[in-house]
Amino acid sequence: MSFMDMLVQIWQTLLTTITDVLPIAAILFGFQFAIIRKPIPNLARVLAGFVWVLVGLSFFLIGLEWALFPLGKLMAQQLTDPVFISGTAQAVDAAQAAINLDWKDYIWVYIFAFLIGFSTTIAEPSLIAVAIKANDVSGGSIGIWGLRIAVALGVAIGISLGCYRIVVGDPIHWYIMVGYVIVVIQTVFAPKLIIPLAYDSGGVTTSTVTVPLVAALGLGLAETVPGRSPLIDGFGLIAFASLFPIMSVMAYAQLSEWMSKRSKANVEAE
Amino acid sequence: MISTLKKLLKFMLDSIRDLAPIVLVILFFQLAIIQQPLPNVGQLLTGVVFVILGLTFFIHGLEQGLFPIGESMAHAFARKGSVFWLLVFAFALGFGTTIAEPALIAIAAEAAQVAASGNMIEATEAAKASYASGLRFTVAFSVGFAIVLGVFRILKGWPIQYLIIGGYILVVIMTMFAPVEIIGIAYDSGGVTTSTITVPLVTALGVGLASSIEGRNPMIDGFGLIALASLTPMIFVMGYGMVML
Repeated sequence: MSFMDMLVQIWQTLLTTITDVLPIAAILFGFQFAIIRKPIPNLARVLAGFVWVLVGLSFFLIGLEWALFPLGKLMAQQLTDPVFISGTAQAVDAAQAAINLDWKDYIWVYIFAFLIGFSTTIAEPSLIAVAIKANDVSGGSIGIWGLRIAVALGVAIGISLGCYRIVVGDPIHWYIMVGYVIVVIQTVFAPKLIIPLAYDSGGVTTSTVTVPLVAALGLGLAETVPGRSPLIDGFGLIAFASLFPIMSVMAYAQLSEWMSKRSKANVEAE
Repeated sequence: MISTLKKLLKFMLDSIRDLAPIVLVILFFQLAIIQQPLPNVGQLLTGVVFVILGLTFFIHGLEQGLFPIGESMAHAFARKGSVFWLLVFAFALGFGTTIAEPALIAIAAEAAQVAASGNMIEATEAAKASYASGLRFTVAFSVGFAIVLGVFRILKGWPIQYLIIGGYILVVIMTMFAPVEIIGIAYDSGGVTTSTITVPLVTALGVGLASSIEGRNPMIDGFGLIALASLTPMIFVMGYGMVML
């Protein structure tokens, strides 16, 4: 790619981001001037903030497009290639190789799904935003990193389980329903303060970074595994990635509550 | 000026640390498992630099622009006391941020493809386009509805879990009656609606409202808007599938 191409691409991404942000800005400022009718405090700073967000998001998307997505998608294809999975030596051709595969042969796919789910969630900007806010509001008792790692673990487990589901071909709704039952049970026992945040963390995990990579992985798997349709089975990984963080965040809160109780009990015992 | 630079530098170090895991995972798999040389190393490195700069600027802008305006508007609405306009604002925010969402546009187009290949709609471009835009409006409407419901909940102080669990039960019941082809898409559409700009704004709105209304705890009442915004699309999309197919 030449330098000129890069400049053109930056300009185009910036334009797309502006068209994405424009309706939001119109709603905000429209209501501010028509209904609230008060000047915005620190207007210049807020406007500068919007410009930073615009430029930042555009750069972020461009960088993903240049570095992460091509590599991530290529790797998803390579890892789900039946010839790679069965080991090149005994495979005669791809179709033949795919038929003889057992779900255990996809082990590298599950590991890749786990690690890529974890690492992309750590870098997810909207999760960082919610973690900053939660840390702020809770007066520091919810750590930014504790929350982010809990959510990332949830996404990692969810995506690798979702890949397993595509490989064995179970219907998605059974997994989701069992997940709901677990969430409901956890809700009864989890500390009340964490519940709304845990529910929210299901929605924030899947935006800019995770979705394209995960979608490529699901589509690649559904194309490789015999008897799967990419159009029907390729979907559903995102649903797993938004359900499991709810469980992991509540589990994290339960665990830290239990640990602080135990250490308190220890102190009292001494 | 100096303090802004210092802050940016700190954010940049954070961004490098945030992105390090992805780089490590990809390098590990590329070098140890797949064992193929990296293509286009120059472009890859430029891309990584852009991602780091982008994340840095975004977080900086978040704290300067998105968080403050979300909260100041929430406080202003709470002082003004007009529930009607607050709910109109909530709907506009939910609907407006979702209708233009690129991830939603992509998934709606794919869903139209699925519907056409399953002979549920005609396999013409016009039929697919109208199906896809119908789906987009359905999802955007459902997110608007979710934010309205969520804001109303904050005003009333209802516990979020009853709404969410009620929603889950509805999802389970509708799954039994919805066409099989729509289910995967419906489940996924819950996840794609909440974009990088919507999440900070909506979070700031909820927390701002809860902290300016007497008797509300920002931790318990302020969060939960995003949870509702990712639940209602599942219900509405399955409903759309049942009505349209």
